[in-house]
Amino acid sequence: MTSDTPAGRRLRVFSRRRGAPSKTRRRLGAAVRMVAALALAGGVYTAFAPGAFADEPRQLSATAQEGKQLYDNSCITCHGRDGQGVDDRGPSLIGVGSASVEFQVGTGRMPMVRQEAQAEQKKPQFDKNQTKQLGQYIQELGGGPQLPSGELVENLEENPEALARGGELFRVNCTSCHSFTGAGGALSSGKFAPALHDATPEQIYAAMLTGPQNMPVFGDNQLTPDEKREIITYIKVQLQDDRDPGGIFNLGGYGPSTEGIAIFLVGIVLLVFTALWIAGKS
Amino acid sequence: MKRRKVDLQQAPVNAAKGVDERFQAATPLRALLNKVFPDHWSFLLGEIALFSFIILLLTGVFLTLFFDPSMKEVAYEGAYPALRGTEMSAAYESSLHISFEVRGGLFMRQMHHWAALLFMASIVIHMARIFFTGAYRKPREANWAIGMILFLLGFLAGFTGYSLPDDGLSGTGLRIASAIMLSIPVVGTWLSASIFGGEFPGHLIIGRFYIAHVLLIPGGLLALISVHLGLVFKQKHTQWPGPMRTNTNVVGERMFPRYALKQGGFFMAVFGTVALMAGLFQINPIWLFGPYRASEVSSASQPDWYVMFMDGLVRLMPNWQIYIGDYSIPPLFWPAVVGLGALTTGPIFWPWIEARKSGDKRIHNLLERPRDNPERVGIGAMAFTFFIIATLSGGNDVIADKFHISLNAMTWAGRIGMLVLPPLAYFISVRICLGLQQHDREVLAHGVETGIIKRLPNGQFVEVHQPLGPVDDHGHPIPLEYGGWVVPKKMNRVGALAPAVKGFFFPVEKPAEAPVSPGMPPVSGDTREEITSGRK
Repeated sequence: MTSDTPAGRRLRVFSRRRGAPSKTRRRLGAAVRMVAALALAGGVYTAFAPGAFADEPRQLSATAQEGKQLYDNSCITCHGRDGQGVDDRGPSLIGVGSASVEFQVGTGRMPMVRQEAQAEQKKPQFDKNQTKQLGQYIQELGGGPQLPSGELVENLEENPEALARGGELFRVNCTSCHSFTGAGGALSSGKFAPALHDATPEQIYAAMLTGPQNMPVFGDNQLTPDEKREIITYIKVQLQDDRDPGGIFNLGGYGPSTEGIAIFLVGIVLLVFTALWIAGKS
Repeated sequence: MKRRKVDLQQAPVNAAKGVDERFQAATPLRALLNKVFPDHWSFLLGEIALFSFIILLLTGVFLTLFFDPSMKEVAYEGAYPALRGTEMSAAYESSLHISFEVRGGLFMRQMHHWAALLFMASIVIHMARIFFTGAYRKPREANWAIGMILFLLGFLAGFTGYSLPDDGLSGTGLRIASAIMLSIPVVGTWLSASIFGGEFPGHLIIGRFYIAHVLLIPGGLLALISVHLGLVFKQKHTQWPGPMRTNTNVVGERMFPRYALKQGGFFMAVFGTVALMAGLFQINPIWLFGPYRASEVSSASQPDWYVMFMDGLVRLMPNWQIYIGDYSIPPLFWPAVVGLGALTTGPIFWPWIEARKSGDKRIHNLLERPRDNPERVGIGAMAFTFFIIATLSGGNDVIADKFHISLNAMTWAGRIGMLVLPPLAYFISVRICLGLQQHDREVLAHGVETGIIKRLPNGQFVEVHQPLGPVDDHGHPIPLEYGGWVVPKKMNRVGALAPAVKGFFFPVEKPAEAPVSPGMPPVSGDTREEITSGRK
C-alpha cells in the first residue's frame, strides 16, 4: 500500500534490486554475521570485565590470614565459605569493604544473635585489632569501600562554617529516621534507626559509606567526603557533647511525647500532692 | 508647739471608712470576703488551670517584647554557631534570639511552654473530677459547656503558639493542619487558601497566627474563664455530702482570710512547679529543628500532648478513600475533621443527655460519689480509655522504637484496642462500682470488721463486728441508711485506734461526730468500751 507513495518510490532508487540471493548464500551470510557478532560481544566483555576469574587465588596478607581464621570460626555459618553468602541466612560479603566490617563488627552488631528485623547493637565480640584483621580479610577478598585515614571531625577553629553546614546536611539527610536530636526512630516492621549518642566518628562515616542494616548508602557522589565530615562534626559537637541549653535533662530528645509524660508525672503529680497537703490543713 | 497625736490603731479604720464613704464598697466586699468555699483537695484541680493561665499571660507578655512575627527571609548571624549563615524567617531568628541572647529568655520560653502543657493537663484532670462526681448536673450544665469550650480554645492557643517559632517541627505541624483543611470536601481548598493566603506556607501565616495567639484566643479564654468563675460564685461551689451538709447550704471556709491565703499559697506552688520544670527539663529545643523546610521532616514529629489524640486517630485510620464521581474524600477527613469535631463538641451536650435519660430535673448541689452512679463512671472510663489509646497512638513510633515493638504491631494494637478496650473499661469500672456499693451496704448492715474471731461454745467461729449504730435486743445492728458519703470501714475510723495518717496530706482522722443540734444533747464518748473476743 505504501509502495505507491512518492517516498516509497524514492527509496527504491537506492535499494539494490538484483534479484533474490540463493538459499545457501543467505544461510552462509547469516552464519558469518552471527560469528562476527559473538566475537565482538565476547571481545568487548573480555576487554572490560574484571579479571577476577582468570586470576590465580591471590595470596592473602598476614593480617588478612589472621582475619580469615576469625572469619572461619565466627562468620562462616551465615556468610559462607570465602564470603559467598548463604541463602536465607547471610548476604555475600564480596565487595562490602572493610568499612562495612568495621561498622558491623566494631559496634557489636555482628556476629548477630539471631535472625530478626535488624541486628541490635551490643558489646563487641572482637577487639579493635581483630576487627581490623577481619576487615582486611574482607577487603582483600572482594574490595569495596574503605574508611579514609585522617581526622573525621572538622577543626572548628579553622573552619567555623562546617558546623552550620553539617547541621543543614544532617537535617536534610539524617533526621527523617534518626530525628532532629539524633535520638533515633522507628521504621516499619520492627526495623529502626538507632540513636546516635554513642556513635564514634569512624562508625558514622562507615555507616554513611556502606549503609548498614536498613540505612541507605550515602556514596561519595551523594555526600562528598567533606560533607560527611561536616555531618560528623555536627553530630559530635552539637548532639553528643551536650552543648544543649535548657536545663539539666533533655527528656531523651524524643520531642513532645516525653514532654507530655513529664507534665503528668512531674507537674500534675507534684501539684496534686500539694493540693492534698493544702486541703488537709483545715 | 503641740504635736498632733496620730492614733495608729485608728488609721486603717479611717482609711477603710473613707473608701466606703466614697465607693460604697463595704456591702459587696463583705459578701465577697465572707463567701464560703467547701474544702477538698479535688476542688483545687481547676485552680491549677487558672494559675497556669496567669503564668501563661505573664511569660507570654515577656516573649512578645522580643518576638518578630514576620516570615521575611534573613540570614542568621546570632549567637548560636550551628545555624550561623543559614537562611531563615525573621520569626525563627527572633525565637533563637530569645533563646540565646535575651537574658532569661530561654527560661521564659520554657516556662511558657511548660505552663501551656500544664494548663491543658489540669483542664483534663479537672474535667475528669467534674464528670465523675456529677458536678455538672443542674444547675451547672452551662459551666460544663464553657469548660469544654475552654479546652477547645486552649487547644487552638496551643496549636497557634506551637506554630509561631517557625522551626522545622512547627512547620511540619502546620503542613499537617493545611492537609487537614484540604481534606474537607468542597470547601477545603478555599479554606486552606484563605487561611494561608494562597498556597501553603505563603508569607502570611505567622502574622495571622500571632494575632490569634496573643489577642483573639487569649481574649476569648479570659472572657470565658471570667464567666466560668463568675458562675461558680453565683451558683456556689458543689460540696461532698457529709455531716451537716445539705443540698441547700455550703460548709467550708470563708474566702478571707483562710481560703484566700490557701489559694495564694497554691498559686506560689503552681508557679514554683512550672519554674522548676522550666529550669530542669528542656522543652522544644527549636535550635536543633532548624528553619522550616518542606524537605526536612524528622522522625518522632509529634504535636504537643493534647493534640496527640488527633494525630493518633489519623495514624490508626485505615486507608479508605471514597470516590464520588470526579471528587474524593481522603481518609484523613474522618479522624481529623469529623473525629476532632465530634470529640470536642459532643461532650458539651452530656449534661442534657444524662438529664433526659434519667428524667432528673432536680437541682444538685451535693456531689455524687463515683461508685453511686456506676453507669456514669463506666461511660467516663470508656471515654478516657478511648482518649488514652488515641493519645498513645499519636506517639506510637516513639513507643515502638524505645520498647522494641514493631511499628506495624503498634498500629494494629491501637486499631483493635480502640474498639475492644473501651467496652472492657466500661464493664470493669461498672463492676468495681457495684462491688464498692455492696461493701458500703454490708458495713452499714453488719458493722465494721474488727479482725477479732470469736469461738462459740459449740465450736462455731464468728467474726466480731462493731455496729455503727444502735443494736436490737439480740445485739444485731439495726441496718443504717446510706448517706452518700464515706462509710467508716476500719476500726481507727471510728475512734478505736490512733490515727493511721498523721494528717500531713489528710485531716487528722477523728471519730465521726454526731451532728450537734440545740434540741439534742451531744453524744458523749464516756460509754464506749473496748471490744474483745470475750475471753477474760
